[in-house]
Amino acid sequence: MTTFEAILFTIVAASTPLLIAAIGELVAERAGVLNLGVEGMMSMGAVCAFAAAFTFDSTLAGILLGMTAGGLMAALFALAVLGFAANQVGAGLALTIFGLGLSGLIGAPFVGQTRPRVEEWPIPILSEIPLVGHALFSQDPLVYVAFGLVAGVAFFLARTRTGLRLRSIGENHVSAHALGLPVLKMRVYAVIFGGLCAGLAGAYLSLVYTRFWSPNMTAGRGWIAVALVVFAAWRPMWALVGALVFGTATVLQLHAQAAQVPLPSQLLAAAPYIATILALVLLSIRRGRAVGAPGSLGTPFVPDR
Amino acid sequence: MKTGTSLIAAVAALAIGATAAVAQQDTAKVGFIYVGPVGDHGWSYQHDQGRQAVEAAFGDKVETTFVESVPESDAERAIEQLARTGHDIVFTTSFGFMEPTLAVAQRYPDVKFEHATGYKRADNLATYAAKFHEGRYIIGQIAARMSESGVIGYVGAFPIPEVIAGINAFMLGAQSIDPDIELRVVWVNSWYDPAREADAATALLDQGVDVITQHTDSPAPLQAAADRGALGFGQASDMERFAPEAQLTAIVDNWNDYYVERVQAVLDGTWESQDVWGGIDSGMVEMAEYKNMPEEVAEMARATEAAIASGELHPFTCPVFAQDGSEVPCEGDGALSDAQILGMNFYVQGIEAQLPN
Repeated sequence: MTTFEAILFTIVAASTPLLIAAIGELVAERAGVLNLGVEGMMSMGAVCAFAAAFTFDSTLAGILLGMTAGGLMAALFALAVLGFAANQVGAGLALTIFGLGLSGLIGAPFVGQTRPRVEEWPIPILSEIPLVGHALFSQDPLVYVAFGLVAGVAFFLARTRTGLRLRSIGENHVSAHALGLPVLKMRVYAVIFGGLCAGLAGAYLSLVYTRFWSPNMTAGRGWIAVALVVFAAWRPMWALVGALVFGTATVLQLHAQAAQVPLPSQLLAAAPYIATILALVLLSIRRGRAVGAPGSLGTPFVPDR
Repeated sequence: MKTGTSLIAAVAALAIGATAAVAQQDTAKVGFIYVGPVGDHGWSYQHDQGRQAVEAAFGDKVETTFVESVPESDAERAIEQLARTGHDIVFTTSFGFMEPTLAVAQRYPDVKFEHATGYKRADNLATYAAKFHEGRYIIGQIAARMSESGVIGYVGAFPIPEVIAGINAFMLGAQSIDPDIELRVVWVNSWYDPAREADAATALLDQGVDVITQHTDSPAPLQAAADRGALGFGQASDMERFAPEAQLTAIVDNWNDYYVERVQAVLDGTWESQDVWGGIDSGMVEMAEYKNMPEEVAEMARATEAAIASGELHPFTCPVFAQDGSEVPCEGDGALSDAQILGMNFYVQGIEAQLPN
């Protein structure tokens, strides 16, 4: 394995939790719901995944419980903003604070524990591709899940009838309602999907990436995921690009330091943010037209009777 | 003269009153501000062990409070909150809390403050720190003995004097074994971000480093080293359980005795502002068990530890040369002075990277 391949491998792994969380948030936002609670859901996913994996000595149990925890948090959010038409920004921020606090409480008995390493699953033949094969196809299973999620969500939104309905609900919920689409029901599903993804992203952090639980271990990744959705102009493929650009800049700046490139480390540390914003701004210019947010994003919907 | 006597009497009465006010008290309320979560298994965890030691030592006589994960930018509010809610003494445990602690200390002259790793003091603000660089020197020697590639790595949080002194001591220790040793430093610009700490360690390992250490707060770099079959050290706390095959030893901060002693002083009414800097000899810096290394290396480490504890060996024994080859003025007794170490802002000779400033 060359250094180049090693770097690429780390980039893909570093991008994965951001990508998974961003794809989930993207679906919720395309349905018109802004959920700023990703950080909280992710943290809950991380703690529940670790707790379950540790208790049952099973990574799979951890992943499933992590997703469930994220989903339950999202359901709570859905109850507030869809059931009671609460302010989405406020409820989302509350969800983040609540999730960070609750995860600390749940995780207290598991502090100081660790789990064995999750083995990679190299895919035969594909992983032999020169240069990129190792990075893309010798990863742990969750990386493949992340790729699958992007493709699946892209296909779902662009090519399926349900995807079209979901987008129209996000664009204009009044019209969608008038057409007889189940606005609230679809939004609940979309929000819960977002929660499942955030939970999965959290599970990735505590089971694969660092293999221990500690409070605040998400360290702002949920917020980066939210930002990626905006910069990706609500397109799944651009979210993939954004996550990879962010991951690349993050990992490369560390390598630049290790290789003693004479640049200030503070500048290098800011590089991921600068690079991601720059890349996605350039992309949206090239698309030739401004891509706005879904029309009904963030507005509560109360159906007339 | 009558008026004069009564004035003196009044002053005396006032003085007695004042003495009575600072004299013994039955109970104390003790507050702690942590920069990370108590579950970081490192820096904040060890401070919280100290808080628990206070509770264990005094039982019902003390009430302790802690606020964890306090961002350095928002510390003033958290510190003031504790000062306002009747705490007798507040320990703030991160370098970045220095200015906020000083600001609050000036507003609450009756509350006692202790700030870890800083240098600004007041009548009601003491400082305390540990000479972690003593431990760094030992692990530098071990790293040089254990490295096969001759390249060792260091994950740093922020380029502040305490961290820089640690890097230099580590390098000097390593150079005492192998003068040609190479040291790579990666800054993560965070005290606590396990995933990024792991990425930083991985970057070092990918570039040929085979022994790493870190001055951040989580076990992630050590774990990353273990995953690659490389070696590492625990930081602040014994992290052996995270990497039983990879941890060579750990520099353990032991604040327990210090916290108990200072709370006792508050109870006795003898608390005074001071500056304490304890090393291996004081027990504030402890080395975890030397493992995963040949017995001769462990023996060397134990000998160095004993020499530092007895004062026979100083990590910054003169002459010390800065990166550009110039000799650093020797302001201490045969070694750099404490002030020079506490304000260290240069790399020693042999480190190639540029110091961020």
